[in-house]
Amino acid sequence: MTDVTAAPASPARKTTSLYEVSARTRRRNAAEKRFRFYGLSAVLLGLMALIVLLSSILSQGMPAFRQTYVVMDVELRADKLDKNGNRDPADMAKLTTFAVAPLIKQATQTVATELGSDIEGLTDKMVGAMISKEAPGQLLRFVRANPELIGTTQSFEFLANGRIDGYFKGRVTHESAEMDNNISVQQLDLADAMVAEGMMETRFNWAFLTAPDASDQRPEAAGLGVAILGSLYMMMVVLCLALPIGVASSIYLEEFAPQNWLTDIIEVNISNLAAVPSIVFGILGLAIFINFAHLPQSAPIVGGLVLTLMTLPTIIISTRAALKSVPPSIADAALGLGASKMQTVFHHILPLAMPGILTGAIIGLAQALGETAPLLLIGMVAFVREYPAAPPEGLFDPATALPVQVYNWTQRSDPAFFERASGAIIVLLVFLVLMNTLAIILRRRFERRW
Amino acid sequence: MNDMRIVERDVDTQAIKFDCENVQVYYGDNHAIKDVNVRIESNTVTAFIGPSGCGKSTFLRCLNRMNDTIDICRVEGKLSLDGENIYDRKVDPVQLRAKVGMVFQKPNPFPKSIYDNIAYGPRIHGLVDSKADLDMVVERSLRRGAIWDEVKDRLHAPGTGLSGGQQQRLCIARAVATEPEVLLMDEPCSALDPIATAQVEELIEELRTNFSVIIVTHSMQQAARVSQRTAFFHLGELVEFGKTGDIFTNPKDPRTESYITGRIG
Ligand SMILES: Nc1ncnc2c1ncn2[C@@H]1O[C@H](COP(=O)(O)OP(=O)(O)OP(=O)(O)O)[C@@H](O)[C@H]1O
Ligand SMILES: [Mg+2]
Repeated sequence: MTDVTAAPASPARKTTSLYEVSARTRRRNAAEKRFRFYGLSAVLLGLMALIVLLSSILSQGMPAFRQTYVVMDVELRADKLDKNGNRDPADMAKLTTFAVAPLIKQATQTVATELGSDIEGLTDKMVGAMISKEAPGQLLRFVRANPELIGTTQSFEFLANGRIDGYFKGRVTHESAEMDNNISVQQLDLADAMVAEGMMETRFNWAFLTAPDASDQRPEAAGLGVAILGSLYMMMVVLCLALPIGVASSIYLEEFAPQNWLTDIIEVNISNLAAVPSIVFGILGLAIFINFAHLPQSAPIVGGLVLTLMTLPTIIISTRAALKSVPPSIADAALGLGASKMQTVFHHILPLAMPGILTGAIIGLAQALGETAPLLLIGMVAFVREYPAAPPEGLFDPATALPVQVYNWTQRSDPAFFERASGAIIVLLVFLVLMNTLAIILRRRFERRW
Repeated sequence: MNDMRIVERDVDTQAIKFDCENVQVYYGDNHAIKDVNVRIESNTVTAFIGPSGCGKSTFLRCLNRMNDTIDICRVEGKLSLDGENIYDRKVDPVQLRAKVGMVFQKPNPFPKSIYDNIAYGPRIHGLVDSKADLDMVVERSLRRGAIWDEVKDRLHAPGTGLSGGQQQRLCIARAVATEPEVLLMDEPCSALDPIATAQVEELIEELRTNFSVIIVTHSMQQAARVSQRTAFFHLGELVEFGKTGDIFTNPKDPRTESYITGRIG
């Protein structure tokens, strides 16, 4: 107790009023204010970037969810569709789009004579081109499904051609039509007349979410059905593989593994793997799963496996962080009561780490959902019109994925595809938002359960 | 030191519970426990006293092998419980810890309900067969932990929502619920008010009929009140061990004397 008195006495303080702000306090307060300002401007800048991004994507992509349809009556002439007159399904199966095309042509000519008589320079060919090239296929499918209706006249809803559709969405105007070989002013005038007659309408487009991709010539028919299914299948594979493997290995590394050079090497490698560019995983997947294991190309199973490899480090790192954040006193308490290591982990540490683990897993999944580069390498960029079967067989059928579909569509020349690509981005974002919401809900649920 | 009521109670049996010979503990290069020899009798309360950092907690944690969880910690020497070496290769520390319970220096209730906190030990050791039995065990343990009256209306409220002192008593009740043979208590009363302290001391006295209790404490008065044997540690060494009365009234080592009279610490 003697050294206290030996210490130099503190310099005498001037007595100051509390109402007077000292220069030092003022400087400190000014520094704090500046810091708050910097922080706020950073947040605002970020928000602004987000708003610009979202509004540009929404304005470009929302039209993809609406589509223009033409309603017209088509006579299903028996002399074209069923020359033998026996409605034999085998004969029906032999029909081609060449057989039904004249029926549509006839229907459009009727429309043209009814509505287009006062439009100068309107040719039959122009009228026919206003309907999507998808129409004959649609008609054919209908005839095959309902052979008993041959000989009657039915009302059909055909997709309008992409340019006509664009006209109602503001993408095509009279001015642009004059310079465009694929569309003429007369067609636009007829379209206006058809709308007035109720023969043409623009409404919500479910087919965008359910239909498969379509060729370059018919953007109006292209949809995300196969891509959504493919992405869903891949997420299933990732969830079923990456989550259990990732969590199990994290628990082992964090709670059971001895601390030695081997586990150190593993640890360093996991951190490195998390930083490996995703395209490298694509090359790895190509070499191992396709060239060596001979799994099919473009299959969700291969995509899922590659994305699993890519997601594992993320899940392991976040799971280990979550396990580490559980206070050691909890483990001490359980061990002190005579719980085994495994009981301690599963009864106490894991439930407390669960919110963190789930957050990490869902962030990993979201990353995988948006990943494009490795999927290009394993052939997911293929043009797929067939829906994959139900899992598990469907995992081996060809499919595409949402981000790959976006990439694919932006590569095509018709601006209608650009609109669809923006629409696909919106779908992708909606899925990501849903997943993150799920993460938040799960976290809340587990936090309350403690 | 006049307020010390040194209660000299006869130790009923002289059976040795823990027999420790030449115990050395190292944290890496830090030699934390130096050549400690001590015999702890059954049905006795033994107090460990000594200045902060002298190794009381470390030695206590050797007795139920909680030091195993610290990677850098190394224990040497012979420690036996009822004649069986607890550091033997055949011994499963899990089984040892069921026999040697522990209350930690800092209260550490599970983030579960009060009921589940107490019920956890009996459940994992299969001590009860029915829900009714478990309810009984929970009530008895909470009563022994001197906390029943405060929590009986909110058994399903979170244990972490209690005050620090209540949490510590909950931890004592939790340790008692598994019916250990030896109870290690690391400063169990440091967060308790005098009333709760008195209740815990009563509990310790009651536990002595069935168990051995080893208690680390910074309060000389408490050591004097509750213990029959006292061990004084200093800088990792066991300086003096003997009957509590002898240590407090007639210490042999000058270091013991200066500590209990408040000159080092
Ligand atoms: N986990 C650990 N890792 C490294 N060194 C440790 C660890 N725990 C304790 N020590 C060291 O061992 C020595 C004894 O510590 P211990 O906790 O046993 O002291 P104590 O007597 O219980 O003190 P207090 O009365 O303050 O609780 C100290 O020098 C401390 O630095
Ligand atoms: Mg201590």
